[in-house]
Amino acid sequence: MISHFLKLEWKQFFRSAAFGKSIGIKILMGFFGLYLIAMFLFMGIGAFYGLKKFFPEQDPLVLVNAFLLYAIIGDLIFRYLMQQLPVMHIQPFLTLPIHKNNIVHYVLLKSSFSFFNVMGLFFYIPFSLVLIKEGYAVPGVLGWCALMMLLIQSVNFSNFLINKNKTAFGVLFVLLIGFFVTQQYQLFDLPGTLGKGFDFVYRDPIYSLLGLVLLLVLYQLNFKQLRSLVYLDEAVSQKVKEANTADLSWIEKFGDVAPFIKNDIRLIWRNKRTKTVFLMSFLFLFYGLIFYTMDAYKDSLPMLMFASLFVTGGFTLNYGQFIPAWDSAHYKMLMSQSFRYRKFLESKWFLMVAMTTLLYILSFPYLYFGTDIFLMITAGAIFNIGFNSLFLLYAGSFNRKRIDLTKGGLGNTQGTGATQFLIIIPLMLFPMLLFWVFDKFVGYNSGFVVVAAVGITSLLLKNYAMNFIEKKYIKDKYVMINAFGKES
Amino acid sequence: MITIDNISKKYGKAVVLNVETITIPKGQSFGLVGNNGAGKTTLFNILLDLIRPTTGKITNNNVEVNTSEDWKNFTGSFIDESFLIGYLTPEEYFEFVGDLRGMNKADVAAFIAKFDVFFNDEIIGKKKYLRDLSKGNQKKAGIAAALMGNPQVVVLDEPFANLDPTTQIRLKKILKELTDNKEITLLVSSHDLSHVTEVCDRIVVLDKGIVVKDIETSAATLKELESYFSA
Repeated sequence: MISHFLKLEWKQFFRSAAFGKSIGIKILMGFFGLYLIAMFLFMGIGAFYGLKKFFPEQDPLVLVNAFLLYAIIGDLIFRYLMQQLPVMHIQPFLTLPIHKNNIVHYVLLKSSFSFFNVMGLFFYIPFSLVLIKEGYAVPGVLGWCALMMLLIQSVNFSNFLINKNKTAFGVLFVLLIGFFVTQQYQLFDLPGTLGKGFDFVYRDPIYSLLGLVLLLVLYQLNFKQLRSLVYLDEAVSQKVKEANTADLSWIEKFGDVAPFIKNDIRLIWRNKRTKTVFLMSFLFLFYGLIFYTMDAYKDSLPMLMFASLFVTGGFTLNYGQFIPAWDSAHYKMLMSQSFRYRKFLESKWFLMVAMTTLLYILSFPYLYFGTDIFLMITAGAIFNIGFNSLFLLYAGSFNRKRIDLTKGGLGNTQGTGATQFLIIIPLMLFPMLLFWVFDKFVGYNSGFVVVAAVGITSLLLKNYAMNFIEKKYIKDKYVMINAFGKES
Repeated sequence: MITIDNISKKYGKAVVLNVETITIPKGQSFGLVGNNGAGKTTLFNILLDLIRPTTGKITNNNVEVNTSEDWKNFTGSFIDESFLIGYLTPEEYFEFVGDLRGMNKADVAAFIAKFDVFFNDEIIGKKKYLRDLSKGNQKKAGIAAALMGNPQVVVLDEPFANLDPTTQIRLKKILKELTDNKEITLLVSSHDLSHVTEVCDRIVVLDKGIVVKDIETSAATLKELESYFSA
């Protein structure tokens, strides 16, 4: 039985969409994964020496223990938001002659090996090794490390018990803040007290078995809960959300582009991935804070220009680069309807411009960093509106990858192809270069002026550019229909 | 109304469609039958200019479909669920298609009201997105949308599949009424021989991309088709 499941897992892994991706993305994703692992490893190895350096009088292990409660609750909150029990996959097994208990064990055990559980090991194991190297008692460290692993697994299973229960989430959040406040004002130090417990396990490693008891209890609870829910109308059902139909009739004053704008707004709001893009664009607003506050970039004006482009360009860049793949699922339908292609493109353009304008208005507080920075943001916004919006529309005609909107948001690279990598050059590097050249050889203000001028010129040439872009889309119509029709 | 002239489609060496000529006069209800892979959907896709033929051309009301887009103004179609916009509610979808077909809100409301019986309370006011509807209900919405804006040509691929018996009967009635006064040209494909013979004046059988039968529907047609497919 187990071997059957393992074989299926193997196939699922190697035949998953992630493996069908183009080699470039595979490498990039691989690097990202390695980067994360390296970060954890680095922290695991470095934590001991770092703590030793900053708090020479205190035992690093005791310090770590004193903060473990935060790590555990933080982990739980993070999982609450990100991790779900992979229940949908078991649907095909339900009618096969497999005992339901086995199916449930399989799902639960599978969750034990999830990314969320593995990541922590890259911290705790090197940290323990360093402890041993630094002369801590080996049985104590091993007991402590085992307890950590058991706790990670316990958190894993606690998460499924409180799964998507909003009250539980609220309680966790309040607890986290509460611990912090009580500790800060020295009213009561629960994390510290609990930390003493962890110290105790180090001294008496046999007590790490308590972690095992906790894990077994949680596992049993999970098993009981899930076992009673292995029905199509319970755990294995896909939840259908009720439609939210906001009144968008105010858009109608935009004339014949309005139906498309309405559609795009609904597209963005009702699909996970587009919603992520939309919300992320507000996070990009803060991008400038990283660059403007760091001394390293103070004198590197092109880097500041780069950041400025991002401040207002988050939406344009992230949404624009996948035009028209957002509509890939119903592209055929659009192409059999009677409308000028121009209208479809205009609505996308309108959205990008409107969002950039909004983000620009929201970026006014950057005036705090001085007029130079603000001028840079202004030039960047003009460039985003004028040049980048049009350029992304044009680049979109090269998109050949289908995007399935029902698939998740964060970290979803579906629809990413060579286009996405190539367009970075004109979008980002071109204005940086322009800025740098004029700034260096002509004089300070000319940098802003030129970047803004390119934006304004593009805006003035919009009609001409749109004609050109429209022709390109119409020419590539069949190729796109064919490509978007393929499952990715 | 529609002339199919020497249409063929090849993928590599495989010929999936090779039709010499079919002329469909205005007001005819035209049925296309054939087993899987016969080329029915390919033919409809070429008619809707969604794929390009390797050779030949199709004209729809004197408009050559791959050179002008004017045919879109008088042609309504539903091929499969990819014609629906999953994240819209049915109401919003009808409003969108209505907008594109020059209908105002009142027109759309009046249009939807006509389909009350057909929808059987399962489409309108359900607060569900199209992607969350069952296959059958998705089909209902798609077929209705294809009939919006008084099209002169209606193209439906497998309209009866996934529908419940009651809706199948209602759909047959709607399609028959549609072509009653010989104004609207209807093209349907189906795997259900009795449905097509009931709805269509003329039935063309495709096999591996080639027209093997072209029959005016009569009382004997169903028998003829059944004996052909059981051979």
